Amino acid sequence: MVSFKALLLRDLRLAFRQGGDGAMAVIFFVLAALLFPFGLGPEPEALARDAVGIVWVMALLASLLALDRLFQGDWEDGSLDLMALSPLPLELVVLAKALGHWLVSGLPLLIAAPIVASMLQFDTAGLPRLVAALALGTPTLSLLGAVGAALTLGARRAAVLVSLLVLPLEIPLLIFGVAAADPAATGDGSTQFMVLGALLALALPLCPWAAAAALRQALD
Amino acid sequence: MRLTAEGLAAARGERPLFSGLGFALEPGAALVLTGPNGSGKSSLLRLVAGFGRPTAGAIRWDGKPLHDDLEVYRAQIHYVGHQEALKPALTVTETLRFWAALAERPLRDPAEPLAALGLGQKAKTPCRFLSSGQRRRLALSRLVAWQAPLWLLDEPTVGLDDEALGLVASLIERHRAGGGIVVLSTHQPLPLAGANSLSLADFPPVKILVTAEW
Repeated sequence: MVSFKALLLRDLRLAFRQGGDGAMAVIFFVLAALLFPFGLGPEPEALARDAVGIVWVMALLASLLALDRLFQGDWEDGSLDLMALSPLPLELVVLAKALGHWLVSGLPLLIAAPIVASMLQFDTAGLPRLVAALALGTPTLSLLGAVGAALTLGARRAAVLVSLLVLPLEIPLLIFGVAAADPAATGDGSTQFMVLGALLALALPLCPWAAAAALRQALD
Repeated sequence: MRLTAEGLAAARGERPLFSGLGFALEPGAALVLTGPNGSGKSSLLRLVAGFGRPTAGAIRWDGKPLHDDLEVYRAQIHYVGHQEALKPALTVTETLRFWAALAERPLRDPAEPLAALGLGQKAKTPCRFLSSGQRRRLALSRLVAWQAPLWLLDEPTVGLDDEALGLVASLIERHRAGGGIVVLSTHQPLPLAGANSLSLADFPPVKILVTAEW
């Protein structure tokens, strides 16, 4: 898989050199989450109760930030043509791009999440579960996002359109993600973790397949 | 190795571009597409590259329709479109290496294709500092970097100076001498021996009169 690796490394290199997207997602995540103490009031109990929900909603929104550019740049400058002409199937092109998106904007969130949660007075004992739930959920966000990005390719207000398309699809993820990490919930959350895993297992083949079909439409 | 098209018609969106177009190309052949802007030269080249389907007719490679085994066919072609597919942040060498790896043809020595297009001095330059002619040269260096029997070149000469024009013409001639096929569109006359010229203006779309039923 020379071509898969080459594509992934190129995307990471571009993200690293241009700086922007990954750093922006994390900074947005932290800053937006920090608005909640101002909006909700500083009572520690109230914040601690809502911390999981806040972290998840902000992670969801942060993952949307760079989505509209996922294929747009490559489409505009002709790179997507070359990818379609290459022996690498478009489904794997999508997978490489979604993986790159997750490494750049999902993985840093896993590191930032404990810090944000702690600032929201979240009990540190619950942190491992929160991070584990995010680790299982954020790749699905990137995969669903890839479908949205492929479908809106060439649209004028792509950034807004992607959000409108993808956010409703992410609701199940949000419900189970929050439930898996909520310390107030009964049980050890293993059911919710299994559902999160199942969603990822479903998204892994289905999203690249759907996104590749959309890309083919855009290229014809 | 034989590229044929017959009864080809295409449309861009709702607008018909040409119809009844056909050609047959044997090893060593060159087909130069001419015609006014918007006559469908780029669309024809994209069709031959396997993007989209013609509204009528068929394109065949060795007698088989392209889409029967698109992957095998596409391994045989070099398509250089209007856009150069360059990323401003990557250097010239990185770009060429990426393209080659994407095509599963890793480069041993990027210096050779770059030198062939007169870009030897620019190997470490980020693409954002290239002029439009240099961007074009870099895109064309793919042709040298690895072998493909069929070249599809969409206005390869745009923005090139006389020196580069000569380089490209001699590249094409060498490719043809080795049994390759070239289909290209251009507004500038290129010195290609015995090339067939096809003016898309000669194949106007058939106007179909639609009578309303009510």
